[in-house]
Amino acid sequence: MANDVKIKSTDLKVFYHDFQALYEINMEIKENNVTALIGPSGCGKSTFLRSINRLNELIEGTSTKGQIYIDEIPLYDKDIDPVNLRKNVGMVFQQPSVFPMSIYDNVAYGPRIHGVKDKAILDEIVEKSLKAANLWNEVKDRIKSPATGMSGGQRQRLVMARVLAVEPQVILMDEPASALDPISTAKLEELISELKNSYTIVIVTHNMQQAARVSDYTGFFLNGALVEFNRTDELFVNPRDKRTEDYITGRFG
Amino acid sequence: MMEKLNTMVSTSSCSILAETQKRFKLSGEQFIEKILMLCAAISILAILLITLFIFSRGIPVILKTGLGNFLLNLEWAPTSGNFGIGAMFVGSLVVTFTALLWAVPLGLMTSIFMAEIAPPRIDKILGSLLELLAGIPSVVYGFFGLIVIVPFIREYLGGNGLSVLAGAIILGIMILPTIINISRDSIKAVPREYKEGSLALGATHYQTISRVLLPAARSGIITAIILGMGRAIGETMAVVMVTGNAAILPGNILSPVRTMTSNIVLEMGYATGDHQAALFATGTVLFILIVLLNFIANLASKAGRVNESN
Amino acid sequence: MKATNRLEKIINLCFWLSASVIAGIFIIIIGYIAVKGFSVVNLDFIFTAPTRAGKEGGISTTIIGTVYLTAVALLFAVPLGVSTAIYLEEYARRKSRFARLVNLTAETLAGIPSIIFGLFGFVFFVIFLNLGWSILSGGMTLAIMILPTITRTAQEAILNVPHEYRENSLALGASKWQTISKITIPSAAPGIITGIILSIGRVVGETAAIILTAGSSLGMPLSLSDPVRTMAVHLYILALEGISLERAFGTAFVIVILIIIINYMAHLSLRRLSHLSS
Repeated sequence: MANDVKIKSTDLKVFYHDFQALYEINMEIKENNVTALIGPSGCGKSTFLRSINRLNELIEGTSTKGQIYIDEIPLYDKDIDPVNLRKNVGMVFQQPSVFPMSIYDNVAYGPRIHGVKDKAILDEIVEKSLKAANLWNEVKDRIKSPATGMSGGQRQRLVMARVLAVEPQVILMDEPASALDPISTAKLEELISELKNSYTIVIVTHNMQQAARVSDYTGFFLNGALVEFNRTDELFVNPRDKRTEDYITGRFG
Repeated sequence: MMEKLNTMVSTSSCSILAETQKRFKLSGEQFIEKILMLCAAISILAILLITLFIFSRGIPVILKTGLGNFLLNLEWAPTSGNFGIGAMFVGSLVVTFTALLWAVPLGLMTSIFMAEIAPPRIDKILGSLLELLAGIPSVVYGFFGLIVIVPFIREYLGGNGLSVLAGAIILGIMILPTIINISRDSIKAVPREYKEGSLALGATHYQTISRVLLPAARSGIITAIILGMGRAIGETMAVVMVTGNAAILPGNILSPVRTMTSNIVLEMGYATGDHQAALFATGTVLFILIVLLNFIANLASKAGRVNESN
Repeated sequence: MKATNRLEKIINLCFWLSASVIAGIFIIIIGYIAVKGFSVVNLDFIFTAPTRAGKEGGISTTIIGTVYLTAVALLFAVPLGVSTAIYLEEYARRKSRFARLVNLTAETLAGIPSIIFGLFGFVFFVIFLNLGWSILSGGMTLAIMILPTITRTAQEAILNVPHEYRENSLALGASKWQTISKITIPSAAPGIITGIILSIGRVVGETAAIILTAGSSLGMPLSLSDPVRTMAVHLYILALEGISLERAFGTAFVIVILIIIINYMAHLSLRRLSHLSS
C-alpha cells in the first residue's frame, strides 16, 4: 500500500508565454509518503507543485503540455473539472492566509461550498479537522472569534485544518514554514509526520534540513528540470549528480 | 456525506460523474460571467444613448442655424426663431474664468500649505473640511450666495447684486476642493529625493517649493485646474440662483449674466418644438465642451505619469 | 540674511492665511445656515406636509420624495455597478478592448455635469419611454449618474482584496463564482458600502437632473409613476421664487445635516476597510 504510486508526471512542460518554466518532468510520487521538492528559487519546484492542482492555469499566459496522473486519472484531460480536482488535492501556501471570518467559518468554508449544510456534521468536521491540525486545544474556547487575531503559527495550522476539512487525498505545501518562527515550524513538521499516514504530501521547501527531516523522497530541481529524484536518505547522503551535491553542500543557491 | 466529499476520480464511473458535474457547473459559471458582462456593457449603452438622444435633438438646430451663427449670434429670442447662444457661451466662459482667477491662486496656496507646511493634524482637519465642502449640494451654495453674497454686492459694490461676480465667488468656492485635492496629491507625489537634493544644495524651503516641487507637480496641477474648470462650466443650480440670468453679454463683473447651463434649466420647463431643440443644442455644445476638457485633463495627467517614469 | 528671513516669514504667513480663508469660508457657510435654520427645524417641520406651495407647513413630502428617488436609483445602480466592477476585476482581461472601453465610459460618465443627465433623462425616460415626470424617470436618471461612483469604488475595493484569499479558496475546490460571492465580495463590502453612501449624498444634493425628470410636485407620491419634489428641489424653488426664506433655511439646514451625517458614515466605513486590510 505504502509503495503504490499516487501521482505520476510524464513529460510535463509548463510555459509562461514564451518562457519555459518546466522541462519534461517525469516523476512518480508514492502514496502516504512525504515528498520534498528542493532547489534554488526560480528553479520550477513551485510551478511543478501548482501543476498538480492545476492552479497555474489561473495565471494569464500559462500553458501546460504533457500529463499528470493521480490514481491513473489524467488531470489535464479535457473531461477533468479543475474545481473537482482541487477538492481532492489540498494546498497550503507560503503565507498563512486566513479568511476574514471566524475560526469556525474558516474551517467550515470548504465543506460548505461542497454542499454540507447540516450543522451537526459541520461541527463534527470542524472539530475533527482542528484536532488533526493540533489546533483544537488552543482555540476550542474561541472558535467563533475572528481568525485574524491568531498568531502566525496558529494561522498556518488553521490553514491546514481548513484543507483537512475538505478531506483531500493529496496535500501540497508551498514553503509552508517560511513565514514561521522555529517553534511553530517544529510543530508544523510534527504535524506533517502525523498526517502522512492518511495523506500523500508534497512539500516545496528551500530549507534542506527541513526536507531531510520530514520527507521520504526528495526531488532536486534546477533551471526548470528535475535533476535528481530519490529516497531522501539516499539523495542527501549519496547524491548521484554533481549539481545535486553542489547544492546540498551549499556551494550555490 | 463525508464519503461524498471524498469521491475522486478513482473509478471510471466517478470520472463520468466528474464530467457531468463539470458540464453543469461550467454552464452555470459561464452564465454568470455572461450576465456580469452584460451589466458592464450597460454603462457603454448608457453613454451611447445619452449622446444619441441629446445630439439627435440638438444637432439639427445647429445645422439649420449654422454652427458659427449658433455659437456667436448674441440674439436669443426663441419665440421669434432666433437661436443664438453667443451671450450664454461667453457668459459661461466669463463666469468660469473669473472664478478660476481667484480660486486657482488660493487653492494652490492651500494645497502647498497642506502638502508641505501644515502639521499633519491640520492637514487632516483641512482635508475633512474640504471633503465636506465637496459634498455640500450646489443648491445650498446657490442659496447661500443668494442670501449673503448677492445682497453684499448690491450694498457695497452697486448694481442689483445678481451678477458675474456673485456667480464667480460661489463657483470658486465650489471648485476649491477639486483644485486643492488634486494639486495636493500631486505635490505629495513628488519623490522625496528631489526635495532633499534641493535642500542639500542650500536652498530654502520656499525656494525648494517654487523651483523644484511645483515644476515637478506641474501636470497634476494643470489637471486640477482643468477639472475645476469643467466642474465650473457644468455647474447649474448655484449659478442660476445668483447671476440674474439676463441673456445678454455682461458689460462688467457687476452685470447679470446667463450661462449655458442656466439657459437649459430655466427654459426646459415650458419650451416646445424648435425652442426645446435649441436647448438640446445648448446641451450638445456643453456636452462636447466638457468631454473635451476631461480629455485634455486626462492627457495632462498621463503626460505627467510618462514624465515621472522617465 | 535678515531680509530673506523676513521674506520667508511673510510667505509663511500667506500660506497660513490662505488655509484660514478656506476654513473660514466653510465655517461661515455651515454656520450661517445652521444659525438661521436651527430655529425653524423641529419635529413638526419634518413630519408635516408643506401647504400653500411651501409657504407654510413642513417638508415631509419632500423628505419622502428624496427617499423614494434614492431608493430607486440605488436599486438600479448598485447591482449594475457592483456587477460591472466584478466583471472588470475578476473576469475581463485587464488590457482587453472591452474592459478599456468600459473604464473609459465610466470615466466619461463621471465627468458629465448633472444638467446633461437631466436633459437625457427628460428626453429618454420622460418622453421617449413615456414614463412622464415620475419617481421612475428621476430614479433611473440618477442611477446612471451615480453608476460611475459605485462602479469605481467597488472596483477599488475588489482590487484591494488580497490575492491569497482567492488562491486559497480556489485551492479548496471552490468554483470561481463561489470564491467571488463568498470571499471576494464580503471582503470588499466596506469599500462597496462607502461608494453607496457617497452616492446617496450625491442624490440627496442633486437638483438639476431631478427637476427635469421627476418634476416638482409637492403632493405625496402614491406610486412610482407619480412626480415628486426632493428637499434640494424644494430649497431651490422656495429660494428662487421667494416663497419662504424661513422655510428655505430650514430645508437647507436639514440637507446640510444629512450631508454631514452621510460624510461621517462614509468615513466610518472607510476606516473599517483600512482596519480590515491591515
